[in-house]
Amino acid sequence: MSVDQLQPTKQAPGRAGAKLWGTAWPKLLAIALVLAIWQLVHLSGWKKAILPGPGTVLSNLWDQARTGLLWHAIGTTVQRALAGFALAVLIGFVTGALVSRIRPLRAAVGSLITGLQTLPSIAWFPFAIILFGISTSAIMFVIVLGAAPSVANGLIAGVDYTPPLLLRAGKMMGLRKISLYRYLILPASLPAFVAGLRQGWAFAWRSLMAGELLVVIANKPSLGVLLSTDQDQADMASATSIIIVILVLGIAVHTLFSLADRAIRRRWGLDLQT
Amino acid sequence: MTSTVTQARAAVRLSGVSKVFGRGANAVRALDDVSLDVATGEFTCLIGASGCGKSTLLSLVAGLEQPTAGEIGVAARQVALMFQEPALFPWLTAQGNVELALRARGASKSERRHRAAELLDLVRLGGFGAKRPHELSGGMRQRVALARSLAQDADVLLMDEPFGALDAMTRDLLHDELDRIRDGHQFTVLFVTHNVREAVRLGDRVVLMSSHPGRVAGEFAVPIPRPRRIDSAPVAELAASITDRLREEMSSHVG
Repeated sequence: MSVDQLQPTKQAPGRAGAKLWGTAWPKLLAIALVLAIWQLVHLSGWKKAILPGPGTVLSNLWDQARTGLLWHAIGTTVQRALAGFALAVLIGFVTGALVSRIRPLRAAVGSLITGLQTLPSIAWFPFAIILFGISTSAIMFVIVLGAAPSVANGLIAGVDYTPPLLLRAGKMMGLRKISLYRYLILPASLPAFVAGLRQGWAFAWRSLMAGELLVVIANKPSLGVLLSTDQDQADMASATSIIIVILVLGIAVHTLFSLADRAIRRRWGLDLQT
Repeated sequence: MTSTVTQARAAVRLSGVSKVFGRGANAVRALDDVSLDVATGEFTCLIGASGCGKSTLLSLVAGLEQPTAGEIGVAARQVALMFQEPALFPWLTAQGNVELALRARGASKSERRHRAAELLDLVRLGGFGAKRPHELSGGMRQRVALARSLAQDADVLLMDEPFGALDAMTRDLLHDELDRIRDGHQFTVLFVTHNVREAVRLGDRVVLMSSHPGRVAGEFAVPIPRPRRIDSAPVAELAASITDRLREEMSSHVG
């Protein structure tokens, strides 16, 4: 198995196919470049005993993909990521909504949220492990602490930057308190909120990976557990395969956020390309 | 359209209204002892150089700000305010923008849909309901804003240089539309502009304001029968005499 596998087998006819090809080829080119450089490094003989070439790694990945273990691990990790992120979004949203509307609360915890956002969430693990033991709860705890501040700050920024003119127009229409929030401030905050979600996701994903490496739960395979097993067995080909899996998952989610962002831009008329 | 409406009942009454922004040495007196009556159904234009407090006056009548001194009486079910910018919500369609104003009044879903379509027809935007604000021209956006103001079922419409950002031809067209719409609904209008001809073209009465601080400096009835044209001789003549007064005011203040 090698590079030729990554090339499209055939191009769908019509405009949709051409468009897909138009967005796909730079990415395929990038992948080909990375593989080429990797192959060159491998051929140069640098750390040859330790570093596997792309052929070895891709065939290892293929082998792993045919066993249930990798998919089981992906399932566990993705499930944790979604659950942790959902919880973080819920908590971040409620916190952001309260902090942006209640002035004393804002004075009290506004800077605390920003402080938490800059705190590397991995620093919470000793705290979480003492609190929850070696358990999924410890990982969830750190994901929420890592992601919720970004989500809250995204919403707060959106509320703060609601154009005053639109607020005046809304108030003149008779929108008050909850209806003002529901029909004006929240929709107006959407772009900043989505930016906050995206950043929150990045923090959640990092926290999760750190968590799975530090909090190894027995008989519960996850991507982190597979990685840490590879480390113990000095299995470089497998470790590299897992990194590729993590990378692909990250890119997939990033693409979803980009699509959401682009949809909003198009709706609002912020898309200059049209 | 009939000529000047004179009714005893004032829709808007300002008595001795002052507005000061800031405190102490930095205080700015935007309005000073302004008294003004706007009769029900009357179209009153406020003109003056920038800094005469025209927009402040509208914000006070709209209830968006409170006067420092004096009293403001508004005898209206509902007051609507139109800005120089359309201030449409970019996440909603034209129809959605109008419907939101109806929703704020508690209209039912079918009522909202029906009435919004009707209002878009009224401002000649039937068929553009599904467009988003960024897909419409400046004039069309201002039409949507007008439809949204009308959706509030206001009997007093405050307009803060609503056509100031439009090109002359679009503006003339919207003047005609405003006349036509007011033929059907005799709402009271308080219209702020710095364009004297526009004021004479539209108003039953033109109120001249002086600057720093804003005061009422003079009033002119506009006894020109409708329909009017902005480039007709009577409009131009009256506008010229008001402009002369405006210049006197400005030179005596700026010095």
